[in-house]
Amino acid sequence: MALQQTVGKRVGMTALAWIVGFLIFFPILWTFLTSFKSELDAFSLPPKFLFFHWTTENYAEVQSRSDYFSFAWNSIILSVGANLVGLIVGVPAAWSMAFAPTKRTKDLLLWMLSTKMMPGVGVFAAVYFIFQYLGLLDNRIGIGFLLFMANLPILIWMLYTYFKEIPVDILEAARMDGASLVNEIIYVLTPMAIPGIASTLLLCIILSWNEAFWTLNLTTSHAAPLTAFIASYSSPEGLFWAKLSAASTLAIAPILVLGWFCQKQLVRGLTFGAVK
Amino acid sequence: MGSIELVKVRKDFGGFAVINGVDLKVEDGEFTVFVGPSGCGKSTLLRLIAGLEDISSGQVLIDGKDVSRVGPSQRGLSMVFQSYALYPHMSVRNNIAFALKMAKQPKDVIEQKVKKAAGILNLTDYLERKPRQLSGGQRQRVAIGRAIVREPKAFLFDEPLSNLDAALRVQMRLEIGDLHQSLKTTMIYVTHDQVEAMTMADKIVVLNKGEVAQIGSPLELYNRPQNLFVARFIGSPTMNIATGPSAAKRGATTIGIRPEHVDVSATAGEWPAKVRLAEHLGSDTYVHVEVDDIGPMTVRLGGEAPNQPGQRIFVTPQEPRIHRFDQQGLRVGG
Repeated sequence: MALQQTVGKRVGMTALAWIVGFLIFFPILWTFLTSFKSELDAFSLPPKFLFFHWTTENYAEVQSRSDYFSFAWNSIILSVGANLVGLIVGVPAAWSMAFAPTKRTKDLLLWMLSTKMMPGVGVFAAVYFIFQYLGLLDNRIGIGFLLFMANLPILIWMLYTYFKEIPVDILEAARMDGASLVNEIIYVLTPMAIPGIASTLLLCIILSWNEAFWTLNLTTSHAAPLTAFIASYSSPEGLFWAKLSAASTLAIAPILVLGWFCQKQLVRGLTFGAVK
Repeated sequence: MGSIELVKVRKDFGGFAVINGVDLKVEDGEFTVFVGPSGCGKSTLLRLIAGLEDISSGQVLIDGKDVSRVGPSQRGLSMVFQSYALYPHMSVRNNIAFALKMAKQPKDVIEQKVKKAAGILNLTDYLERKPRQLSGGQRQRVAIGRAIVREPKAFLFDEPLSNLDAALRVQMRLEIGDLHQSLKTTMIYVTHDQVEAMTMADKIVVLNKGEVAQIGSPLELYNRPQNLFVARFIGSPTMNIATGPSAAKRGATTIGIRPEHVDVSATAGEWPAKVRLAEHLGSDTYVHVEVDDIGPMTVRLGGEAPNQPGQRIFVTPQEPRIHRFDQQGLRVGG
């Protein structure tokens, strides 16, 4: 009886997990399918799920109308670059908070997090005018700097949590062995924290990749990443669902593939602190 | 060379003095043990010498030079941690070689020194392993190996044996003793285990609540404890304490007598007592008794003793072996 119950329970749980998984995945699947429909099929009612005329003309059109690779290249440069710079700032910052805390470290951490609670639109006008004044509109450095700053609190928080799990004895041993602060971070802390640093970097890259508010408002073409590429297909002349879907599929494909390969790291990154 | 001197060293944590004005001199080549109950500040004192904590006031001198404001990497000391603190991502070889690499020594010199250290510590076959593939005792040896390759002015040991099982602890105790004999380097060793302290030390520093209770050789502490705290802390089983008339007639507030310095008789003696329990260790018997009007005492008898629980006996302290203490708990007389 007990065995049957467990088997029943497992079947139920598995089915539930698949259903929830499918619900979450459905919009992506729908976008993917729509990208292969003709514009007419794309908004037909009732919707056509699988039985429509498959076509790749949307992809061809999207590529001919706008240069996908230029947008993709900007996305890669911005999301990877901004967060690599973030690591250079974040690793020492998290080191000092984890291993040399002062009375105000906890306050500082909370304050950093609180900046993420403010909606970006709240400071939009100010940021826009500053960018305009400094000539940073539609500039990779400008938007990159903004993405770097936007992720920094999350990056430092995650690294801080990882570093807290590293026994301080080992760093002290390095100090006793004559390692300077820089050598201690490079040769001892960083190699031990590689899994944590990798998943932090990955999560932050994904966040930057998907960031739409600032990238849409502060870039137009030269520095525009894939978010702008998608947005350009919801134009005032009308919605082109199929082309929009093709653009979306192209925009999310790289990050989806990256996420697929780094699943294990990501899960660890997203559940950090939960499994000590 | 490696003499270490502390002058009025003080360490405050949040307004509370953890180390309260310690003066101490460790001579070159000496094996000094810091001992005391947990929370007495012994590990903190070691970390102040290492430079891992900053002193609040006072001075730390190494070979006569003030290093109070010098970082741990510049003090030329090695430390062995309780948790071993090996670098988990490095092989045994690289763990041992790390300090030499940091000192930018040439490759062949590093190779030679690592080989020598591994030879001394029986680690030659394990050089390519990672710390997680080693047993507790081997890890401890790697930690010691990491300390000796640097040829430091002094070794600092922070309760290095407390994570090992009893048999291994005795073995490692001997190995550390041998190491001291062959290297003749200054060693400072922190432990809460007074047996470890007694067996290893040239000089013991007993600490209590952040202050030095007594400094002396193991036998000095055993034979002439300067206060009640040291009297109770050194020796196993602990010293028996009596107050009241039997102390007063000897001109003291409190007297102490070690279990091995008490005679037992079935017919006559100073203190009538009832046997509570006899522990037979083979070589010795510990007889726990309840002395009338005084309280529990322990008597250590050589060999086997036939005492039974409930039996009435008389116990008598050996007069010259009695330790006398005044109202403040300080030793009276010689």
